[in-house]
Amino acid sequence: MYDVAIIGAGICGASVAYYLSQKKLKICVIEKETDVSMGTTKANSAIIHAGYDPKPGTIMARLNVRGSAMIKELAPKLSVPYKQIGSLVLAFDERDLDTINLLYNRGIQNGVVGMKILSSRETLEIEPNIRTDVKGSLWAPSAAIISPWELCIAMCEVAAENGCDFLLENEVTKIKSEPSFFEITTTERKLQAKYIVNAAGIYSDRICSMAGSCDFSILPSKGQYYLLDKNQGDIVRHILFQCPTELGKGVLVSPTTAGNLIIGPNAESNNHPEDLSTTRYGLDYVAVTAAKTTDKINLRENVRSFSGLRANSNRDDFIIEPALFSQRFINVAGIKSPGLSSAPAIAEVALDLLEKGGLAMPQKEDYKNSRKHIVFNELTDEQKNKLIKENPSFGNIICRCNTVTEGEILQALHSPLPPKTIDGVKRRAGTGMGRCQGGFCSPRVHEIISRELNIPFEKVEQDRKGSYIVSEKF
Amino acid sequence: MLKYDLAVIGGGPAGLAAAISAYENGIRSIVVLERDVELGGILNQCIHNGFGLHRFGEELTGPQYAERFISKLSETSARVLLGTMVIGLNSDRYITCVNKYDGVFTIQAKAVILAMGCRERNRGPIGLPGDRGSGIFSAGSAQRYMNIDGYLVGRRAVILGSGDIGLIMARRMTLEGAKVLAVAELMPHSNGLNRNIVQCLDDFGIPLYLSHTVTDIFGKNRLDKVVISQVDDRLKPIPGTEKEFDCDTLLLSVGLIPENELTRTAEIPIDFRTNGAVVYDDMQTESEGIFACGNVLHVHDLVDFVSSESEKAGKKAAEYITGGCVSIHKAATIDIKNGNGVVYTVPQKVVIGGPEKSLEVFFRVREKSEKSIVEVSSGNRIISSFKREFLAPGEMERIVIPRKLLENINESIAISVKSGGTV
Repeated sequence: MYDVAIIGAGICGASVAYYLSQKKLKICVIEKETDVSMGTTKANSAIIHAGYDPKPGTIMARLNVRGSAMIKELAPKLSVPYKQIGSLVLAFDERDLDTINLLYNRGIQNGVVGMKILSSRETLEIEPNIRTDVKGSLWAPSAAIISPWELCIAMCEVAAENGCDFLLENEVTKIKSEPSFFEITTTERKLQAKYIVNAAGIYSDRICSMAGSCDFSILPSKGQYYLLDKNQGDIVRHILFQCPTELGKGVLVSPTTAGNLIIGPNAESNNHPEDLSTTRYGLDYVAVTAAKTTDKINLRENVRSFSGLRANSNRDDFIIEPALFSQRFINVAGIKSPGLSSAPAIAEVALDLLEKGGLAMPQKEDYKNSRKHIVFNELTDEQKNKLIKENPSFGNIICRCNTVTEGEILQALHSPLPPKTIDGVKRRAGTGMGRCQGGFCSPRVHEIISRELNIPFEKVEQDRKGSYIVSEKF
Repeated sequence: MLKYDLAVIGGGPAGLAAAISAYENGIRSIVVLERDVELGGILNQCIHNGFGLHRFGEELTGPQYAERFISKLSETSARVLLGTMVIGLNSDRYITCVNKYDGVFTIQAKAVILAMGCRERNRGPIGLPGDRGSGIFSAGSAQRYMNIDGYLVGRRAVILGSGDIGLIMARRMTLEGAKVLAVAELMPHSNGLNRNIVQCLDDFGIPLYLSHTVTDIFGKNRLDKVVISQVDDRLKPIPGTEKEFDCDTLLLSVGLIPENELTRTAEIPIDFRTNGAVVYDDMQTESEGIFACGNVLHVHDLVDFVSSESEKAGKKAAEYITGGCVSIHKAATIDIKNGNGVVYTVPQKVVIGGPEKSLEVFFRVREKSEKSIVEVSSGNRIISSFKREFLAPGEMERIVIPRKLLENINESIAISVKSGGTV
């Protein structure tokens, strides 16, 4: 019997697991995919928002500012790529100028620190490649870029080290509500848990409905992105937003922590929860809209297009509350933007609700809350030499584009939560993320996974279950 | 820090030929830096034949072709560092390398030859829409899985792009029992060699759809369907012309891109048309003492041409070293411009009064034509002209201009095509 079962290993489930694993509790995370961070967490803008967007007084407003401060402390502790580069909301006409003033005032009410309204000249001084007819901007220095899946993976790894069980490839099919516990049936097994945290992202309404009545519904909205080569990564220096309209925050242009340039997303509602396709139409919209920010982007340098689903709900705010039917079933749902920015603060609220629901949470005397993660490329030559002497596999470059070594792949494959797919290794080590998109290194990573995890070569998959790579040996 | 007269970056066909040629021209202190665990580069996975027809007058497989050079190199004093990745290069010819045995170390060389080859263009730059399941390979990755690892990548395939690698893979997959349903080509003509269209498609009854491209991809886990559509004159898909193929594999053979990241690190100017360094007629880049050859300079059709170009680079690097490393860049130079119908030329610059009697220029044309005249001109004056029965974008062209004709020219020459008629 688990004390708490967390359903969903996205950024919210991971945050809850990270903090709960520091308590004297028996906990598990149940995830239908082959890895953690496989839903919205791996396909979004990768931004830690400053917090001037949400309407004052909302849960989103409160948790965005708090979460963003928490992530700033967590990222270095967990060796997660994070850069506080600040954001600009650009104004191109009078109406936009009104909007940035409104956002500024909202930011003040929400507790965002350091914001400033910049003139056209000041904006162009710090961001010279944008369209020169910019009228002004809202600068928010606390905004940051992050690798969202690495934050999720890092929190899950630490939770795993603290004893949290990860039940991957377990899709929840049934939840039976007993007087003092829940019986959860997955595609692989049956288990019991006294409490459930439902962090199932775009499936959170279905999960809630399995256990009882559900008073919200998830309305996924798809967003498409371009990820451009590192040679485009320094076109802009900040996260650049256009003024939000009724349709959303608009298309952003931003560097990524890996040094690429990301542009997107568009917004398409009423999507099938499994539809992650990109379309010519959607991507063209992104390209045309981004060009309103800067005309310096060369789309021929696109290395990857992708899309992600926002877990929008039929409510305006985050849903972090006990279910109608039980104080022991906590819904963490409708976590749309700024969900990533808020995640650790969302977990704090979820923990509070568990406690209010009667769960005693004594602190463990001894627990881990940090993680070491070697990134070869970031070391000095001296450090590299020391490392290679100790472990020669760090001298063997497997991914040419991003200079990722065999040592880093082994580090991932022997981590507390080892991946078993090519993309699982990619998310942890950065292999195949460069301009050749794994053209050269995939077969080599494939070989290493097969060797290290003792999986037959033909059984190694790309990412999701069924995404086999080779069909047979001849 | 290690010091060498010559450092060759890359041990594929270009690097091998360049190193051997430098040795034959008197250089003894040579290092070849190869990131893979063996020499030969991409030739190692090209187990089909057809290599060496021009050079050796016989049909060799890729590994056989490579072996001829590898064994020749082993008879020289050149040192080969395998498993060694170059991670830094600057214009003073300091090279930062890393490998398992020596860690991170620096090499300084009097001359450097860039021979890093190229990579395949993938799904991103061509903006293929649709689902994102597995089963989409660049043709070369699939080739590696098949020819090095010994695995079939799928049973029913569609191939986008009729470049040579795509054509070769159509045959290769068919021979291993897979069904190749179609090869789609965006352009109205194939960029592959004619002999490959005949031997790899026609002989196996594989249909080639010209002026077609992939417009949708289905399969959330593994690919299960590909849609191709006809495109118009502006290469835009025409609605209503969709054809669906149930398949588990899509191979992309949509172009090769010279791998010039190191070149850019050294701040060496790049020609955006070749995606390789701008070079003089001695294969030297704008950065003194740094030469380039093979597919890192521009993408070749045949390895035989890579070898001969690289031998020239090796010879010229040797002359540069033995001549006391005197820059040619200070001498008077003229530019070679792309005239009508010409996409690019290599070299892009010529040193006036070089020692050779003639100037060899490689170029590619924009479109197919018959009975054409290639003109070399300066201003309004035609310097020389060459008759060509047949010109095509897929086949690299070569002209040899007597240097005597270039005397008294001081700004630039242009190479252009006067078409007898487009095909």
